[in-house]
Amino acid sequence: MSKETKNKPKLKLAIYWGAACGGCCISVLDVHEKLFDVVAVADLVFWPIALDVKYADVEAMENGFIDVTLYNGAVRNSENEHMAKLLRQKSKILIAYGSCAHLGGIPGLANFHNKEEIFERVYHTSESTVNKERVEPVTSYKVAEGTLSLPEFFNDVRALDQVVDVDYYLPGCPPQTERFVEVFMAIVTNASLPPNGSVVGATEKAQCDECQRKKTDNKRIKQFKRLVEVIDDGETCFLEQGIICMGPATRSGCGYRCIEGNSPCQGCYGPPSTSPDPGAKMMSAIATMIDSNDPDEIIKIVEQIEDPAGTFYRFSLPGSILRRKLIETQT
Amino acid sequence: MAFEPTIISFLCNWCSYTGADLAGTSRIPYAPNLRTIRIMCSGRIEPTFVLKAFREGADGVLMCGCHPGDCHYHEGNYKCLRRYHLLQKYLQQMGIKKERVRLEWISASEGKQFAALANEFTETIRQLGPCKIKGVMETLT
Repeated sequence: MSKETKNKPKLKLAIYWGAACGGCCISVLDVHEKLFDVVAVADLVFWPIALDVKYADVEAMENGFIDVTLYNGAVRNSENEHMAKLLRQKSKILIAYGSCAHLGGIPGLANFHNKEEIFERVYHTSESTVNKERVEPVTSYKVAEGTLSLPEFFNDVRALDQVVDVDYYLPGCPPQTERFVEVFMAIVTNASLPPNGSVVGATEKAQCDECQRKKTDNKRIKQFKRLVEVIDDGETCFLEQGIICMGPATRSGCGYRCIEGNSPCQGCYGPPSTSPDPGAKMMSAIATMIDSNDPDEIIKIVEQIEDPAGTFYRFSLPGSILRRKLIETQT
Repeated sequence: MAFEPTIISFLCNWCSYTGADLAGTSRIPYAPNLRTIRIMCSGRIEPTFVLKAFREGADGVLMCGCHPGDCHYHEGNYKCLRRYHLLQKYLQQMGIKKERVRLEWISASEGKQFAALANEFTETIRQLGPCKIKGVMETLT
């Protein structure tokens, strides 16, 4: 390490999880021995999965004290929202890290339901639940020792930028660790950063542009199949084998981990910047491939796509144009 | 005030828009609820357009193209037809009633049919009432 870098004040890095599975934090740990490079230039000031730093410690920090915050996870409840706002205030650069913070991710699929339906299922009707008193979580509850409180569960899941301003997006479920290191090092070395609001750690191209599988320009699909129904030859385009692959509407940058593992793309990197809606682009592409001009046959073929909303918006429902299911009982 | 539906209609340049024009030049009165967007071909109607229309407050979306076999670009209307069916399935999952989106073929000579379609579709949407998806999303952001 050069003397110059040594004398530079260390970068202050924070990592926080909202509604997340923990995979994003693990992807940061996956830098392995490169972690020494990271800690050589950065101090981790807040990281609930690894460090015992309390929310009160973050609240005590001055505004803009943290240089870079990686916020992973969606915003599901008032705790996630509070921390998103707090970290925005305390951070110079706020990065939406991973699919959930970027577009809502897997937790975002809860937007097919509302709070009422979710509570009904989870606390009353699920097969393993016995709850005769119909107990449900409340935000505050008085006991002899004082008042207990819980975060408020929102009616829907939001992506990070639907709550606070986000400087950069680093997509993926989880983001490819190499991409994170590249972006991190770019910040450390003061390399010229892209304009605010850019997606970093991914390219502008679609997966298909760089996919190595054999493909023709004119794809024709008579029957959509599930992966288990096909003996994949390992080299022909998934779509041409009738298997739904999100490649046409997904950014590349992930290194084709799924496709190289003989599994179709599921779309975790989100759409290229040219498509405002991740699933609509995919619907447009895939419908064109249907090999029929006969309305009845088209309907039959479309029926084979079991769950278009869940398939085409698996990682992006809250970040899509419609954002959530319309439940008519809502006012 | 009584509910007046807002309907976005996408009409292809070669047949349907000309058909709608014919309804006008023939002085056939029809419901004024349609906000028409002229596009070159029904194959240009991306699902995004329809979703955006709903998000921005449309109560119904009408898509019109040339009759099958008559497309100026040979098969744009077939592409539209395939997209329409897939989009319908998605919209129903999202709680938007299938009657709110309609695909019809209108040729350049079918001014009368266009006027009848506009009236009938407007009436269908009027019966369904306002599409609430916009309101639902606004209260939550």
